[in-house]
Amino acid sequence: MTTAPVLNRRDFLKAGAAGGAALVVAFHLPGSAYASAEDQEKKPANPLNAWVRITPDNRVTLILGKSEMGQGAMTALPMILAEEMYLDWQQVSVEQAPTDPKVYDHGTGGSGSVAGSWLPLRRAGAAAREMFITAAAQHWNVGRDTCKAQDGGVLHGARKQFLTYGELVADASNVPVPDFNTVPLKNSDDFTIVGHDRKRFEAAAKSSGAAKFGIDSRITGMEYAVIARCPVFGGKVAKFDATKAKAVPGVRDVITIDAVGEGAFTCGGIVVIANNSWAAIQGRKALNIAWDEGPNAAESSESLRKHFIENAAKPGKTVRNEGDADAALSSAVKKIDVVYELPFAPHACMEPMNCTVHIRPDGAEAWVPTQAPQWAQGVIAGVAELPPEKVNVHTTLMGGGFGRRYQADFVMEAAQVAKVTGKPVQVLWTREDDMQHDFYRPASYHKMQGAVDAQGKLAAWKHFQSSTSIAAVWDKDGKEKPEASEFATAAFIPYETPNFRVEYALAHSGVPRAWWRSVEHSSSGFVVETFVDELAATAGVDPLQFRLQLIGGARKIPDFTNPKENKPLDTARLKGVLQLAAEKAQWSQPLPKGVGRGIAGYFSFYSYTAAVAEASVEKGQLRIHRIVYAVDCGRPVNPAGVVAQVESAAVYALSAMMKDAITIDRGRVQQSNFNDYDMPRMSEVPKIEVHLVMSKEDPTGIGEPGLPVVAPAVGNAVFAATGKRLRRLPIKPEDLA
Amino acid sequence: MATTFILNGKSQTVDVSPDMPLLWVLRDTLDKTGTKFGCGAGLCGACTVHINGEAARSCQTAISAVAGKKVTTIEGLSANGLHPVQQAWIAEDVPQCGYCQSGQIMSAVALLAKKPNPTDADIDDFMSGNICRCGTYQRIRKAIHRAAGTPAGQAKSA
Repeated sequence: MTTAPVLNRRDFLKAGAAGGAALVVAFHLPGSAYASAEDQEKKPANPLNAWVRITPDNRVTLILGKSEMGQGAMTALPMILAEEMYLDWQQVSVEQAPTDPKVYDHGTGGSGSVAGSWLPLRRAGAAAREMFITAAAQHWNVGRDTCKAQDGGVLHGARKQFLTYGELVADASNVPVPDFNTVPLKNSDDFTIVGHDRKRFEAAAKSSGAAKFGIDSRITGMEYAVIARCPVFGGKVAKFDATKAKAVPGVRDVITIDAVGEGAFTCGGIVVIANNSWAAIQGRKALNIAWDEGPNAAESSESLRKHFIENAAKPGKTVRNEGDADAALSSAVKKIDVVYELPFAPHACMEPMNCTVHIRPDGAEAWVPTQAPQWAQGVIAGVAELPPEKVNVHTTLMGGGFGRRYQADFVMEAAQVAKVTGKPVQVLWTREDDMQHDFYRPASYHKMQGAVDAQGKLAAWKHFQSSTSIAAVWDKDGKEKPEASEFATAAFIPYETPNFRVEYALAHSGVPRAWWRSVEHSSSGFVVETFVDELAATAGVDPLQFRLQLIGGARKIPDFTNPKENKPLDTARLKGVLQLAAEKAQWSQPLPKGVGRGIAGYFSFYSYTAAVAEASVEKGQLRIHRIVYAVDCGRPVNPAGVVAQVESAAVYALSAMMKDAITIDRGRVQQSNFNDYDMPRMSEVPKIEVHLVMSKEDPTGIGEPGLPVVAPAVGNAVFAATGKRLRRLPIKPEDLA
Repeated sequence: MATTFILNGKSQTVDVSPDMPLLWVLRDTLDKTGTKFGCGAGLCGACTVHINGEAARSCQTAISAVAGKKVTTIEGLSANGLHPVQQAWIAEDVPQCGYCQSGQIMSAVALLAKKPNPTDADIDDFMSGNICRCGTYQRIRKAIHRAAGTPAGQAKSA
């Protein structure tokens, strides 16, 4: 199989020079993963954004402008290119792009790597293919229409002559680049790579120990550092004594760095620099520190819950209002009024945060496991007081990202240290640092009120949420619209009702929060898909049939939270996955006594997922027997990769549902390592089956959409089995009793 | 203080503090970075190596404890990265982010040395000390069966 060594910028340039003529095709990847087709038309093909490179030895390389964190971009993106170019898949290899924000939009998140690259990569591949055909036609002095691309070269059918792209590359480099907006794209019926399973490029390297993650960066002369950060969010160092720390063998120096607010959100602290990680960790233990705990030292999970309840006692800010939900609720006979609660959740990437930086007077180099290389570059440039183009950021493989590595806090700290030392330094986070200084999925509180009429139709749906909003931290508009990041599909539910009201109240907290796998969908999916199940039970209707009835006829529901994207929820596709999951799980077949079946269907990242879970409670213990998924994420570019992402999202969801929460006491996180924030082990994970809709629609997100349906499907299965309704996560033993 | 041990078949001497964990000696002193730091507390299995053929958490093993012993890391499992377990990992497309997989593979090899024909329950039991945040567990189980040449049983549920 083909392997994909991740070469650095220097290797890339060297290989390019050694290879002689290299064809460089420019294409543009949109800044937003989902830039509209219109936006793409307006943008010129140049400035260069990513490159296809072909050398005379006929190797074809895609410069990967996205980060690989386990989601499979390093495999799926080359597949798109290879398809349009009629390449032999064995020819293709991948190199990580150098960080150049004038050329690339590296940002890797929002389940957008494949979806956002689909059209640009097709166009780039097609443009390259057309250039080779032109070059071949000129070489043979025949009409272009007598030549066609095939097997990594160009064939002249009548003469049975064939030239590889490698043989043509020198000539093709002189052919004008076709207009990307009109370049002919391959007929999708002829696809031989896209839509066919391909194994990961880097699987061998990840099985041999050769794969290099950020934490594996080893630079001649490098030092290792750990940082003592105030355990209370917003606190700082009052005074400290480093005498004993400096006496630890291997410790070289102890310095301080300041907290940085907007743009990084670091807490500053005391840095112990040593000649290895262990010495640095030991040195940190020997520090004598008095903290100024700052303004958040009284915060606790209990105080936050009180704050939520106080907020819920008052009307919230109206996010959406149709009809008169309050009037409908007051006159309804069949109605429910319930509360759902979700805690802070940590990313807990297996590779703890780390960053390796070397700042010299004339430039800087950094090895960063990051979802946002350009942000890392800007942060380092700012600290180093260098222009960004003087900062060479190597995007490394990542031991998990899940949104955590979209931040630049860990980069800022390393840059601050490197600025002082002038030597290469790796700032390492221990597991405790990583657990206690994350940017957590917000904690939220949802008061849900709904009613069904005598015909079993939805008479009213009212959703009040109070949460520690993400937008209130990150977005300058979030001061006015903190709700912007908190509802998503919960603000445009697919269930038809004449009376629909959505309200929000911000809860204030000193706990940092940001994007966690599936972001607000992780809470909205749980709340919406459990609540609709509660309404089905209230109406006395089968939960699948109830959903299908309320979804009603085929229609497109505008994305209320993001109408400009013009990517509505297609009810036919949602019904499609609900019905497919139900069919594959044999929804109508009886189950053994004590086992219940639950379903959930949800729209997120423009994809449709449904899951049927089978669960029972035995001796107070939840047992999940299996989870059966149906997924419609448009055309699956690498179906094997899509299945893997859904399996992964299921386990990530089960972790937050079955295992531990992040709780706050005295302004700090109470959990510290995998002893008190445990995650599912092999024996705890049920069988997961994934059924894909082989759609011909353009690809949409898949890294995250598998997550939101798991907790509601399992919770609804528990209800079916036991009559117990699970309304708070993670599940506690008393909720099952 | 100098400690001598056999690393991947070759004698290796390091001059480090005797209480320095093997993990950090491998990673920082010897630049053998295939062995991963996950928790530093013996809770996740990312740092698993073999000491005299037995799976051990290198983050919980002081270098002084391996004096004179045979230590095998992921890099030493095979000459070309194609140990049967590694081949099975590739065939089942196990890794996602891949960070935990060195430890998973070292645990799996140790399991198969003890039980060449493990059941699902044997696998679940032995592998329960290794966390995978990407949730590749059912593929790991399949890959172990593939390497063992045993048919995969019905997946055990929680």
